[in-house]
Amino acid sequence: MLGVLASIIDGVLVGLVYGLAAMGLTLIWGVMDVINLTHGTMIVAGMFGLYGLASAVGAPPYLALPPVLIGGFLAGVLLYWVAVHRMVGRPPLMSLLSTFSINLMLIGLGTSIWGTALFNVEVALPGFSLGRYTFPGAHILAAVLAALIAASLYLFLQRSRLGKAVRAVANNREAAELVGIPTTRVLAITVGCGVAIAGVAGMLIGTLFPFTILSGDSYQLKSFVVTALGGFGNPVGALFAGIALGVLEGAVTPFVPVSWTLVIEFALFVLVLVVFPGGIFAARRGAL
Amino acid sequence: MPLVRLMRRPFFWILALAIAVFALAPVFGNNVALREALILDAVYITLASNLNLMLGYAGYINFGSIVFFGLGGYTCVWLVNSYHWPLGASLLVAGVCVSVLALIFGLGILRLRGAFFALATVGIVEAVQAFAENFTPWGGSSGIYLSGDIFTPLGGPARALWVIYFMMVAVMGLSLYLSYAIKSSKFGLGLLAIGQNEDAAAILGVPTPLYKALVYSASAFLPAIAGGLYFFKSAFIQPSDAFDLTLSTEALVVAMLGGQGTVAGVAIGAFLYEELRGYLLTSSMFANFQLFVSGALLLLIVLFFPGGLMGFIYRHFPRTQKVLE
Amino acid sequence: MSVLLDLREVSKRFGGLQAVRNLSFDVRQGEILGLIGPNGAGKSTLFNLINGVFAPDHGRIIFDGIDITGERPYRVARYGLARTHQIVQPLTNLTVLDNCTVGACFGRKNLPLARAHEAAREAIAIAGLENRAAMLALNLTIAEKKRLELARALAAQPKLLLLDEVLSGLNPTEVEHMIGVVRRIRERGVTILIIEHLMQAIMGLSDRIVVLNFGQKLAEGLPAEVARHPQVIEAYLGDPKLAAELQGAG
Repeated sequence: MLGVLASIIDGVLVGLVYGLAAMGLTLIWGVMDVINLTHGTMIVAGMFGLYGLASAVGAPPYLALPPVLIGGFLAGVLLYWVAVHRMVGRPPLMSLLSTFSINLMLIGLGTSIWGTALFNVEVALPGFSLGRYTFPGAHILAAVLAALIAASLYLFLQRSRLGKAVRAVANNREAAELVGIPTTRVLAITVGCGVAIAGVAGMLIGTLFPFTILSGDSYQLKSFVVTALGGFGNPVGALFAGIALGVLEGAVTPFVPVSWTLVIEFALFVLVLVVFPGGIFAARRGAL
Repeated sequence: MPLVRLMRRPFFWILALAIAVFALAPVFGNNVALREALILDAVYITLASNLNLMLGYAGYINFGSIVFFGLGGYTCVWLVNSYHWPLGASLLVAGVCVSVLALIFGLGILRLRGAFFALATVGIVEAVQAFAENFTPWGGSSGIYLSGDIFTPLGGPARALWVIYFMMVAVMGLSLYLSYAIKSSKFGLGLLAIGQNEDAAAILGVPTPLYKALVYSASAFLPAIAGGLYFFKSAFIQPSDAFDLTLSTEALVVAMLGGQGTVAGVAIGAFLYEELRGYLLTSSMFANFQLFVSGALLLLIVLFFPGGLMGFIYRHFPRTQKVLE
Repeated sequence: MSVLLDLREVSKRFGGLQAVRNLSFDVRQGEILGLIGPNGAGKSTLFNLINGVFAPDHGRIIFDGIDITGERPYRVARYGLARTHQIVQPLTNLTVLDNCTVGACFGRKNLPLARAHEAAREAIAIAGLENRAAMLALNLTIAEKKRLELARALAAQPKLLLLDEVLSGLNPTEVEHMIGVVRRIRERGVTILIIEHLMQAIMGLSDRIVVLNFGQKLAEGLPAEVARHPQVIEAYLGDPKLAAELQGAG
């Protein structure tokens, strides 16, 4: 009984980080109908940012958070101008292809620099014990940080002037333009935020599990599953769906070979899309 | 459209001539190096041309077209190795099985529209690869090795490689003609309508779920046979080779480079891409950057030449549109 | 006259909005039936219910003796029901001829490609687009796109044609032309159900009128009767200009 409870709690902790990662994807999706296929690689970029700062420089791992956040934002703005700007308003498949090709370039660069070796960042934090079970301190801290960042994104979207502009653009780009919102700049900032969140989520995941340059695929998939569950373009839904996925993974992992976990998640993704085309947690699109 | 009517068009004969030249080029002077380069071209053209049925006609991106190639390869190699079937029968059964499987899958996942379908196709690769890695009759993750005497029925290794080459060229030729025939048919018109506006197409009476599933299935048949030939030739198959996403990606780049929705463009695109790749692989500077270059190429096409090479040709020489499909 | 389309107590709700409520009427063979009502009265939703874009929550829709309730759009098209869209939906990168050939191929007659081309050319001629046949649909003007919608639906050789505001956005000359086209289509024996906001035009074209308001039938009858109907005038009072037009037209 305690074992089940422990795996549920750990699922919630890891799921919060998955939820945060998916928020980055769903934010861009919801605002401009662009599916960012560099998402997984941006998550990995966050992991390597962490590795670079923590292992090479020897800084405490969590100090990587601000640089990853800023670097991710700048990378996202760049991504917007290179691959997304010309695609906004064109058939969604075109932005799928343009972000896909950027991803190929990044993966090509990454593999030729780092190869496909496994990297690991050791985090020495005291755990929290519950009977026979100990929750690693890294899991707890990652979950807390993920929740804090998710909450600040929510507050930013709801309260700040810029956040309101983002929501206005998501709702109706033309109308937003008419009332004087600089929509292009808002779109660029949105992609910047989306990528920054993906990067930070990647950094946090890097404190939990070992990674390679190609780890992005599976985390990107998790983000897609979470996005489908939580409703497209709905960051709050994403956070709850992330927790659901984390719990599910925790429950399934002991019984299923690792190579099938991804397949199960994909099947879940397809099933959710076929049965609930709008997502489970969201009654409608554009819940931003 | 009946074959006879297709044969009245010049493009039919241009295509036939090109395929004949392709088939015979390495025969003169017994040029084995050229043959090996061309067989790879034939694989690219087969994959890209069939991918184009989905991409260029129906407007659906299939990131996982490689599963057809890999599954065809596995089925064929398995039948040859475990049941000692002749190559021809194994290839045919591989093609039919993979097509039927695609039809069944297609009726399910093609309920997803646009981008969601594209995402689901990545999942199919994952699922099939996981299956192959855990399926003992296929040797799990270590794969299947064919014994050395499999080439004997084809007249020994040297002659077998020529036979395989001609078969591969035939598969390529059939792919191009399939692409052409579909484009000139009512089925093709229905697909083009779906590619332009799926809702409007349905309202006009195009049976969209059936057509999408059929074209998905059709686009599986010849790549499966090509996979069978390819892995029979290597006498070895393992999951990481059979379901290498790079090849799917390259097929996508090739189709976009040549011009999605065109028959000739995809062939020219494959040819150009292979040449470029050959150059990059041999130059030390780019050897590690193959993915990077594919990505950059695709990005440039998507951003600046969404019509690809054929789009460019059509725009500058409008009269070619009447001849080149 | 026999009944071609029979709606029996059809209802459709979207979330909190009852778009169509308990609606019954029929369309008779060979007539032009006008469907009018203020904005948001449920007219376009009704079209979407008839041709299968949405399935109704309640009620039956019988077309030519066949129950088509909840059938998919492509099945409904095959039975001989074609429509145009208020917001034009051209197949942008296909030529006008190919657009209409799609209609002919997959419509009621299920024609092979070669014969579909002939039917398409005929429909293009009726809609007055002959010199645009080889043009890509995306290069047409808005008025031409409206005519393309009509030609494409007509190429399917339907028994019943649903026209959704084919006159909106056209200038007076174009309106005249389009009215002529609609009349010619009817003379070929095609039954027409038409939604239109131009009162003068629809009152002149229609044999009978059905008035919708808040998803319900408000009135049904000859154009002159409907125009004098007190509830109809009241419904349009929110829009005095339309109400005046209604009276003038009747």
